[in-house]
Amino acid sequence: MGETVHAIIRNYNGDPTRLMDILIDIQSQLGYLSEWTIEQIAKSLDIPKIDVEQTVSFYHFFTKEPRGKYTVYLNNSVVTGFYKVDEIVKTFEKEAGCSFGRVSPDGLIGLFSTACIGMSDQEPAAIINEQVFTRLTPDKVKTLIAGMKDGKTIEQLKGSSYGDGQNANPLMKATVKNHIRKKGEVIFSGDYTAGDALRKIKSAKMSSNDVIDIVKKSSVRGRGGAGFPTGMKWEVARKAQGEPKYIFCNADEGEPGTFKDRVILTEEPKLVFEGMTIAGYAVGARYGILYLRNEYMYMKKYLVSILQDMERDNLLGTAIGGKNGFNFDIRIQFGGGAYVCGEESALIESAEGKRGEPRDRPPFPVEKGYLQKPTVVNNVETLCTVVKIITKGHEWYNTIGTRESRGTKVLSISGDCEEPGIYEIPWGFSVNDILKMTGARDVQAVQVGGPSGSCIAANEFGRTLAYEDLATGGSLIIIGKNRDLLKDVVLNFAEFFREESCGSCVPCRALTGMSKLVMEKIVSGKATVSDIDRLVSWAPIMKKNRCGLGQTALNPILTTIKNFRHLYDEKVKGNSEIINPAFNLAAATADYEAAVKN
Amino acid sequence: MAFVKFIVDGKECMSEEGKQLVEAAKENNIYIPTLCNYPGIPPKGSCRICTVLISGRPATACTTKVTEGMDIQSAVPELESFRKSVVEILFAEGNHFCPSCEKSGNCELQALGYKYTMMVPDFPYMFPKREVEAWHPKLLKDHNRCILCKRCIRGIHNNDGKTLFAYGKRGDKLLINIDPETSKDISDELAQQAMDMCPVGAIIRKEKGFAVPIGRRKYDKMPIGSDVEE
Ligand SMILES: Cc1cc2nc3c(=O)[nH]c(=O)nc-3n(C[C@H](O)[C@H](O)[C@H](O)COP(=O)(O)O)c2cc1C
Ligand code: SF4
Ligand code: FES
Repeated sequence: MGETVHAIIRNYNGDPTRLMDILIDIQSQLGYLSEWTIEQIAKSLDIPKIDVEQTVSFYHFFTKEPRGKYTVYLNNSVVTGFYKVDEIVKTFEKEAGCSFGRVSPDGLIGLFSTACIGMSDQEPAAIINEQVFTRLTPDKVKTLIAGMKDGKTIEQLKGSSYGDGQNANPLMKATVKNHIRKKGEVIFSGDYTAGDALRKIKSAKMSSNDVIDIVKKSSVRGRGGAGFPTGMKWEVARKAQGEPKYIFCNADEGEPGTFKDRVILTEEPKLVFEGMTIAGYAVGARYGILYLRNEYMYMKKYLVSILQDMERDNLLGTAIGGKNGFNFDIRIQFGGGAYVCGEESALIESAEGKRGEPRDRPPFPVEKGYLQKPTVVNNVETLCTVVKIITKGHEWYNTIGTRESRGTKVLSISGDCEEPGIYEIPWGFSVNDILKMTGARDVQAVQVGGPSGSCIAANEFGRTLAYEDLATGGSLIIIGKNRDLLKDVVLNFAEFFREESCGSCVPCRALTGMSKLVMEKIVSGKATVSDIDRLVSWAPIMKKNRCGLGQTALNPILTTIKNFRHLYDEKVKGNSEIINPAFNLAAATADYEAAVKN
Repeated sequence: MAFVKFIVDGKECMSEEGKQLVEAAKENNIYIPTLCNYPGIPPKGSCRICTVLISGRPATACTTKVTEGMDIQSAVPELESFRKSVVEILFAEGNHFCPSCEKSGNCELQALGYKYTMMVPDFPYMFPKREVEAWHPKLLKDHNRCILCKRCIRGIHNNDGKTLFAYGKRGDKLLINIDPETSKDISDELAQQAMDMCPVGAIIRKEKGFAVPIGRRKYDKMPIGSDVEE
């Protein structure tokens, strides 16, 4: 055990900024991070033990206690709830012999729940020992647990029918499906050959300034949610002082209901890596880091081999494409299970081996980012788009989409429709168009842009997806009329934000939990109108949080109060403001009664 | 040294360029309330109470540096109401029983509660179950009162420059841990420094809590910020 730990630490040269990798590798080999292990790490890195512990305890997937030989992480996202997940939970607990949050008495099976794992189009899904199992049914669960009891390997548990496309790649062998329902003109156009953009740069003798110029003229904006103009970001980073510079590809994809980056990375990984390389060329960056969410660990071997292929083909490494002085290397940085790490400055902190707490800005990452050096953070889809723009020209790109929103958007669509999956469409489609495309009927609401976006009702289905109207990072969750919107959706999202706040800002840390409490009161029919008003009055407080998580954390509640007020009114109907309907006299005096009885 | 002019609530002010806005305002007799900020240690911008509007956009005054012509709104109703909310949220989030606290009268949270005439918080009391760590030789850590401002993490280091304090967990389970090894043989001075730096009564130096009786302490005599304001 000691040798394993020390070998891994040596592997990263005892560098405290690689603490995440050290923890991930050790846990992957030993199953958990014991007190002893943490002590060893602290000593070897020459940092206090609590410094190691503060990173360990921040991330959902790190554990100081054994979590079983087989560790099940069942997704608890909203969409899972649409597929009778209660029965799955019950079956897991019955067959494994322990409840969720625990390990079976023999230490064989651990049952845990986790936030959206990026499989919303194939729920219910779970991660077991870094591998993904989708479309679970009670029968499948029984077979899985029986297999575990028989000591089957994780490969044997997966079976041999793999998903489509590269999911079946021998290095991945994933049972995950792509579900690409609609291919568009940019990302999934199918006409990409690795090195296209690099060759174009060479043949057209484009300088780094030329590249930035074309990206600016294409008016492409970030696909990670905030919609920041990519060319402008690159230009600032290019001008910023400090060496070496870094390019991050943000593949944290933690917004519940979003899974497009998973599919892009599965089918077009070279397009992503070439996008990072082009960004590196434009900005003058030496290194690239793909920050990949821990949930996508099953892709690791496959993606590492793709990087090796590209190096072999001189698309990465030194003197790329025969251009002297153009050097660029990419490594993969895994996360540890924290939605907030998708926020660019938290992502950088995490990649430095720390807790994923967003930084205060300014300075922005483009000035002082990873290791305090100029750093560009771009979404997976943004980087892919740029490769196409360089290859085919900004004039071509500008013919797609609307006037203010150029190009296509890859949408992750899930929930109550016949064909959930990936749709790449030009900007400008209406929500109604999409509902038709996906075979959705009897729709009550659509959650646009995940929980941090907004929940809209039928009267807004005519709106179009575009930066100038309904902007979105790309997820649409379709919610049928048969769903209890407040209980099944809003409450789930409220719990999500309570769990995922980093806890740094007072309003975010406290009001995520408090709003969930009030929401529970409303759902149970024990709230009054003033409780609803109270939630609304918290909106301006939350706007003053440091990062986007806290600033949007009340959106599920606020947008449903705005668009589905009648559901709230029904819940509080007849409840008087004078008495507190939630007050339970028996519970409040239980301690006293017990004391008196004794 | 370059001096810059800036405006706070319509009043023209002057200070060195690049100075922390909280300090620059103080020099001009304007009090912007703070909690997580502490002079001389790097600001963190986590409590948000010092939020001001700069050209209409919210920013924390502890992490902002003044520049020429900056137009700042601070004592406006929207922000004063926000600040009161932050104080109330902190009271409702933890377990704060002032009458039994060693820090009463020297507590910045309590003093801000008075400043904003807090009566009953408009936020649900969470009554969290939290520990009191009394086993450190020099310090007592009462997690019930901790407002997680991170001052101790940022400001207190032992002779080797190592931290004694660090965050643990996240979100509403966030807490501040003390390293048992580094805290074992700290000096009395460092223990006192940690207690003084803590804005509330979450870090108490053992056997020294009531050296000055309640009623004769800093904020018992003057409201918080009154030494700054004209
Ligand atoms: C809480 C939070 C989570 C985020 N998660 C992601 C994410 O998973 N992927 C992503 O690309 N951007 C995410 N973002 C946005 C990033 O901060 C950043 O704007 C983006 O990666 C920039 O890339 P782009 O300009 O290409 O969109 C998140 C932001 C916040 C506040
Ligand atoms: S808003 Fe929330 S998640 Fe963001 S930094 Fe503040 S506490 Fe952390
Ligand atoms: S004092 Fe500025 S955010 Fe706390």
